Amino acid sequence: MMELVGKVLDLLPLEFLEYDFMKYALMAVLIITPLFGILGTMIVNNRMAFFSDALGHSAFTGMAVGVLFGIGNTNVSMMLFAVVFALLLNFIRHKNIVSSDTVISVFSSLSVAVGLAILSKNGNFSKYSALMVGDILSITPGEIRSLFLILIVTLVFWCVAYNGLHSIGINSSLAKSKGIPVKLLDNAFVVLVALIVMLSIRWVGILIINALLILPAAAARNIAADNREYHLFSVMISVFSGVLGLILSYYLNVAAGPMLVLVAAIIFFITFLARRLFRG
Amino acid sequence: MKKEMKPDGRGTQGIRIKGNFVEEEKQAVYKKNVYKKLLKIKPCGFHRVVIDKLRVKAGTTTILENVSLSIACGALTVIIGKNGAGKSTLIKSILKEVSYEGLIEFRDLKDNTIGNLRVGYVPQHLNIEKNAPVSVYDLVAAYTTNVPVFLRKSRKLYEEIRERLSLFDGETLIDKQVGDLSGGELQRVLLTIACTPVPNLLILDEPVSGIDRNGRKLFYKILNELKQQYDMSIILVSHDLELTAEYADSVVLLDRTVLKEGKAKEVMASEEFREVFGYLGTLPEHKGGGE
Repeated sequence: MMELVGKVLDLLPLEFLEYDFMKYALMAVLIITPLFGILGTMIVNNRMAFFSDALGHSAFTGMAVGVLFGIGNTNVSMMLFAVVFALLLNFIRHKNIVSSDTVISVFSSLSVAVGLAILSKNGNFSKYSALMVGDILSITPGEIRSLFLILIVTLVFWCVAYNGLHSIGINSSLAKSKGIPVKLLDNAFVVLVALIVMLSIRWVGILIINALLILPAAAARNIAADNREYHLFSVMISVFSGVLGLILSYYLNVAAGPMLVLVAAIIFFITFLARRLFRG
Repeated sequence: MKKEMKPDGRGTQGIRIKGNFVEEEKQAVYKKNVYKKLLKIKPCGFHRVVIDKLRVKAGTTTILENVSLSIACGALTVIIGKNGAGKSTLIKSILKEVSYEGLIEFRDLKDNTIGNLRVGYVPQHLNIEKNAPVSVYDLVAAYTTNVPVFLRKSRKLYEEIRERLSLFDGETLIDKQVGDLSGGELQRVLLTIACTPVPNLLILDEPVSGIDRNGRKLFYKILNELKQQYDMSIILVSHDLELTAEYADSVVLLDRTVLKEGKAKEVMASEEFREVFGYLGTLPEHKGGGE
């Protein structure tokens, strides 16, 4: 499968694809961007932009916990921590004690502080700073396979759960009255987001992962009239900015992640203007 | 069968240019068939939603206490009370969104069996902004079916939803964006969702704003028709005492517990009613009260 995709990419008359790492990076982008485009629609729908941002930040703590307990593969500790963190945040968010953005902010800063404190002990932080910006050029075929797997899982989950999640976001009491398992779906969604964020954070980076989740969906929202257009535009914008960003980063010699976000941001502003012009 | 719901006077039959007559007739036949298919279980009068000694606490404060009601099918029961009286908590208990002590069940008085209570709910407002990419089709399909709304539309489902909407004269709304609907239009779409499938108990939270006086009146008229056509109980939380007096079959005055219950006239003439609402022109004889 991977070899096949590799051969197809070889046929393309693109100079930068001569390097294997660029080939892998492109494959990864072709998986991550549609994934983020799809997830982003719901994150924007349900006003969870800040929530997913906090999740990204918890990667530090997850890694720190892994280092502290001497877990060899910090991926595992990062994912475990993120899942727990996401469920906890979700629980507090629905308690309505304090306004939810305040709660999220408190927990987000706390987890970053704990993570940084542990990781910077003995002046070792530079070892982990790659997590901040990410490096998609270092991705390996095995990791691409696991990303592909989670794309499939997400698509299946989407087909089963999208209607419910959509309904919950619009009015959860109404969703409940229709027999939609509100709590279950809500928690399943944040767990999925937590897993995906943790699986892709090494390649995308803590600082910009949220931009990749939010921007394509936000741009699509500017011009879409219904859910089909929303998803279609979001995935198209996401993939387009991913591929263009990667190519630009190669020729301009800039890190791939930020380039990708720049392209997506420009598209956001174009769609924003388009809406102002056409819809008033 | 005589049945013409034209909530805003510009329904499909409202404005017709000459020459469109055939089209109009076709539409009438189409509607008639829809009604035949979807309606027609007349209220029997034996179904009751029974609430017994309901008690809801939040922390140490008691929000509702000793609330006992029996709500009949084929009747419009209106709940009134000032802000913070526990009206929305009562609704949340019936929707099982808050935990409560006591009993809420659906009973058939004919043979005294207990059935499954299927609740239809019309919320006060939706969490949806002006430009949200959600069409009426998306909204209805997402709430009432498992057909994923982000994929291609299903022709069959589209037709089905159009039929459902047409019960409330909303078939022309199907492709509109939800954010662009007027208050009255949205209410009709929400009624469609609440009545798919037909519930035993329809609970409505009347919006305080966004719908003008005429719109509200038409809304009450729709409810009036609903209760005659379907076998269901209707509970309405109302902020409009004047219309309540006109349309309610029974009125419940709530303030932590049931203060007074009965026909609209009785309740509104009662001492309890006066204590809650005062004399500030809220009696139905007076103009423009109670909002």
